[in-house]
Order: sequence, then C-alpha cells, then structure tokens
Amino acid sequence: MRTVYLDNNATTKIADEVREAILPFLTDLWGNPSSMHTFGGQVKKYVEAAREQVAALIGAEDPQEITFTSCGSESNNLAIRGGAEAMDKAPHIITSKVEHAAVSGPCHYLEDRGFRLTKLDVDEKGRLELDVLQRELRAGRSLTSLMWANNETGVIFPVGLIGEMVHEAGGIFHTDGVQAVGKIPMKVSELPIDMLSLSGHKLHAPKGIGAIYIRRGTKVKPLVLGGHQERGRRAGTENVPYIVGLGVACDLAAKHLSEENTRVKAMRNRLEQGLLATCPGARVNGDPACRLPNTTNISFDFIEGEAILLMLDDHGICASTGSACASGSLEPSHVLRAMNVAGVSVHGSIRLSLSTYNTEEDVDAVLTELPKIVKRLRELSPFVS
Amino acid sequence: MWDYTDKVNDHFKNPRNVGKIENPDGTGEVGSLACGDALKLMFKLDDEGRIKEAKFQTFGCASAIASSSALTEMILGKTLEEAEKITNKDIAEYLGGLPKQKVHCSVMGREALEAAIYNYRTGKRWDKELEGDVVCHCFGVTDKEIEKAVRENNIQTLEELTNTCKAGGGCGNCLPDIEKIMLRVHSEMDAPAVPEKAPMTTLQKIHLIEDVIDREIRPALRQDGGDLELIDVNGDIVKVRFRGACSGCIISEITLKDVVEARLKENVSEDIHVEEVK
Repeated sequence: MRTVYLDNNATTKIADEVREAILPFLTDLWGNPSSMHTFGGQVKKYVEAAREQVAALIGAEDPQEITFTSCGSESNNLAIRGGAEAMDKAPHIITSKVEHAAVSGPCHYLEDRGFRLTKLDVDEKGRLELDVLQRELRAGRSLTSLMWANNETGVIFPVGLIGEMVHEAGGIFHTDGVQAVGKIPMKVSELPIDMLSLSGHKLHAPKGIGAIYIRRGTKVKPLVLGGHQERGRRAGTENVPYIVGLGVACDLAAKHLSEENTRVKAMRNRLEQGLLATCPGARVNGDPACRLPNTTNISFDFIEGEAILLMLDDHGICASTGSACASGSLEPSHVLRAMNVAGVSVHGSIRLSLSTYNTEEDVDAVLTELPKIVKRLRELSPFVS
Repeated sequence: MWDYTDKVNDHFKNPRNVGKIENPDGTGEVGSLACGDALKLMFKLDDEGRIKEAKFQTFGCASAIASSSALTEMILGKTLEEAEKITNKDIAEYLGGLPKQKVHCSVMGREALEAAIYNYRTGKRWDKELEGDVVCHCFGVTDKEIEKAVRENNIQTLEELTNTCKAGGGCGNCLPDIEKIMLRVHSEMDAPAVPEKAPMTTLQKIHLIEDVIDREIRPALRQDGGDLELIDVNGDIVKVRFRGACSGCIISEITLKDVVEARLKENVSEDIHVEEVK
C-alpha cells in the first residue's frame, strides 16, 4: 500500500540531499571540531558553513546569532528559562493559550518558581487579541513568548506587530518558529524579534537537531553548562553530522519556499475545498486568511477524530487529530478549546499538513477516501438520524 | 498509536448490530458530544424474556465503537437478570483487553445497558443524577459511579479511576472529593489479605510498605497538602521524609508515630520502627 504522508507538521521525510550530506560525517569526517589537530579541526568549517545556511534561511544578519541545539523544544527552553533568568529583575512572562507544550512547559516552570505568568486568549479563529497583549505589557518588563505559526491550525501570529509592542514596553520577545521556518519567507534582522526557535525535523532534516536565533546583545543564561561550545551558550560537543544536515535542509527550504507558497498551497486549498464540498457538516478551524500554506485543520460534526484517523490509516493516509481519545487524555486539543470550537465538532478534528514532497495524487487519495469514512462514521453516530 | 487487539479492530471496522430498533423494549442513552463519546443502546425481548435483538449507535473512538458492538453480541439471548451481571471488565475481556486509558469505553457500554434495563423496567429515562451526586462536573460523574468503578475494578489510584470512568480527567477541581470517596470505599472494602507470617524477603517488605503508604497513609496526608517519601528500609527501621505541608509541620512527630508507624505496624510488622529523615 502506498503511504500518503500528510502529517508534515509532526515530522518530515529526510531529504535525500540531507542524508547524502550527513554520510561523510558518519564515515570519514568524525573528528571533534574543537581539536587542535587538522583531522578534528577540519570539520569546524562545516559547522560554520551550516550556521551560515541557517542564518540565511531566516534572514539573520550575523551567523553568530545562531546557536545549535538538540531540538526545537530545547531551543524554546533555552529562550524562556535562559532568557528570563538572564534578566536583571524577574520579568512578567507573557504567552498564549495555544502554544506548543515546549513553550508552555518552561513558562509553567517559571510560574512555579514565582514568576508572574499571563496566558493570552485567542478568538474563535485562533487570532491573538492584541489589545489584551498591549494591556498586559503595561504590568512591567516582560519576556513575551508567542508562536509564529500554530502547529495544529497553521494560524500565523503577527510577530512584527507583537515584537514592536513588546519592545516599546521594554520587554524581550521570543517566538517559537518551529512551524513557520521554511514554510513562509522571513527576515529576522528586520523584525523586532530577539529570539527564534527552529527544529530540523520539521524541514526535512533528521530528528535530534534544532537551533535558536539569539539577536546580538540579547542575554541568555545557558541550560547546558560545562563547555565553551556554541560560544558558551550550549555546552557539549557539537552534533556535527546533524548540524551539517540542518544546514543543507535550510538551503533546500530556501529553494523550495516559493513552491511551498504556490504549489503546496494550491494542493492544500484543493484538498480543503474538496472536503468542504463533499462532506456536509465540515468546517475549517483557524483563520483562513492568515495561515501557513501547508496546513488545514478540519472538523467533522458528530464524529470522533481517532476513529477517522484509524480508518484513514487503513488506506495508508497519515494525518493527525486534536481529539481527546487519540492522545490518551480526556480533553480535546488545548488549541481548539482555546478557540471555543463548537462542542459538536471539537472531538472530530483532523489536521492534514503537506510538504513539497506531496503530489496531486495524495490529495486525490484523501478526497476519495475521507468523505466515505465520514459518511460511514456518521451512520454509526447517535447524533445523526 | 494505540495497541488495539485484533478483536477491537475487527469490531471497530465491522461493527455488529448497528442501528435502531422500531418500538424497542428498552433504550439507554449515555455520554454526550461534549464528553467525546456517547452510546445509544436498544433491545427487544422475546416471549421468554430473553434479549432477541440489540442495536447500538456510538459516537466515539475505535474502542468506544468496538465496546458497543461487543456488548450487543454479549447480551443477545440473555435474560435481563443475566445481562445485568455483565461488568465493564467482561466487555474488555471479550475484546481481548483494552489499553488502560480506554477502559472508560467499556464502562460506557455497561452504563448504557444499565440505562436500557432501567428504561424497560420503569418506562422512564435513566438519569444517573437521581441515584447520586455529580462529583466530576467536567464529565458528569456521580459519587455512586465512582464507588462502583472502584469496587468493580479494585481501583487503587486516581489515574486508574480516571481511565475507568473519566472522573477527574478535566479541570481537576474535584480531585480532593474523589480521593475522599476512594478512601471511604477502600476502608469499606475487605481489608487486604493479611500477609503470611512466614518471614518476608526485604523486597517483599519494601513493596508492602510502599503499598501501605500509597493506600493508607498518603491519601490522608494529601488531604492536608502534605506527602511522604520512602527513603530507606533497613531491617525493621523504615526511614521516611515528609513533603509539602507535612515537612516543617509542628505535629509531624505525632503524624510520624500515630499515623505512619501505627499503619505500618498494623499492616507490615509489629516490630516496625519509623524514623524521619529531615
């Protein structure tokens, strides 16, 4: 059975070019970049080249503003815990109710240690209420962490506007860019962003590599101590193979950026419109006007997401759901709940997320199978007579 | 990814007895859209009072659909008295087991059956709130349901309870009330089998001490915002450390002797001596 992979916001295929670039560092070039001898020291230039590639993708002025980490979650922890602890006075931590756990986790960690924490609401389309942010910013110097794009709905926050507001109030602004980097064009050097997290495996590099952009002059207390690597920001011998892989993946992402926003977006739109047209009681979650080009989150009234997912799985189609049952918790996705998605559909959401590796055939497969599955599950549902 | 048995997958993908019955003898409806699962069960009896037809409609995940389908197969041919004896555990066993987070799906099946039989006998729609008080408002779970779940499944921890009947799985405000109910039911249930007087191994002793702390001591301390950690067991000397509100509590010495030591003497060995590690 052919796999139709439409779960690219969860993880992505490792690009062939990335794998090829990594291999020499698993065979011959296994030296330590900190070594004084040529054998080890020669790999340092590859690490620095990768740093430039990452900087180029996000539009950082200076590659030294990029620090390699093990993953997006580590980057978020470093930004929030390390950022807050480096500030002179305990800052007011401002975040939103729709962040990834890798952001809300460190925010709650700080709250438990006495920091004041505010979690901003979103409206029914998943948009941030900026006047509330403005009001909260008056309560003293903040470390504000708000995601660039939401992993479940793809909704994009206006980070430029947010950053300006935060800076005007004297605060520091971190954005979790894990879902945005590589999917939308960005130039951080021209944006009021102090820190940005990104993850390799969301853009066709392997799992286990991430990076954080820390604008020159922004203070961050390291989480991993005991070494000079990454200019003291992150101790530990560099993961050279994956750093090289991340660099190549960033290069590829830059090349594919326009395709992402044309061909991939067109496929997403055809998929979404096709489902809305063939499945009554289907609705899109999230602001359609301001979303990532690759993501759609659709709810189907009166049926449950895990059941949809397992039936899609029978046809080789990989998707994800915000349903409670799929996660093992009893509550549906915190993102959909924060958006007040109606009770009839909050348990029946499906996220389909594409990449440049998807084809029109993949879209056709979903458009053929999903309406049948929805119909079948509705026949079982006591709420549809 | 859930590790569903082949039988769960089969009943999910090929559910038996889906639909409605014209003029059913009994109808039971439980759950809701907001709760994430719901089941409507209908049955019809033959002249001898045996269930000759059973149909269901379910909104929910794979294991909810499979549990409902299994239930309809299990009750066919049974009298109501026989059907009544089916527990959620029987449904789960029929399916070859359910992941522990999904046990509540089998409970929903049992509840729907109960509701349908009640409807047959009284002509009324079953309303569980008539029988008990709602404790968990997120999922509308009553004290009676919690008690039943604890007794039937010999539930020891809050996590098991939440997996079984969903109570406490939402905002968590009801957790202290649930703990009180569990404590009461546990004390009413038969005391745990008294360990053999034959000498225990150290490992057995540690397990027993942990068990007594979990079951008899910790819930009481937690009610007052405290907790206890087992540090070491050396022969009959048990070292513990107080946590939370208990650490630094002026009567912690009394708690140590009158609660911790007393319970361990009662359940583990008369010779136990408890010491506090600061």
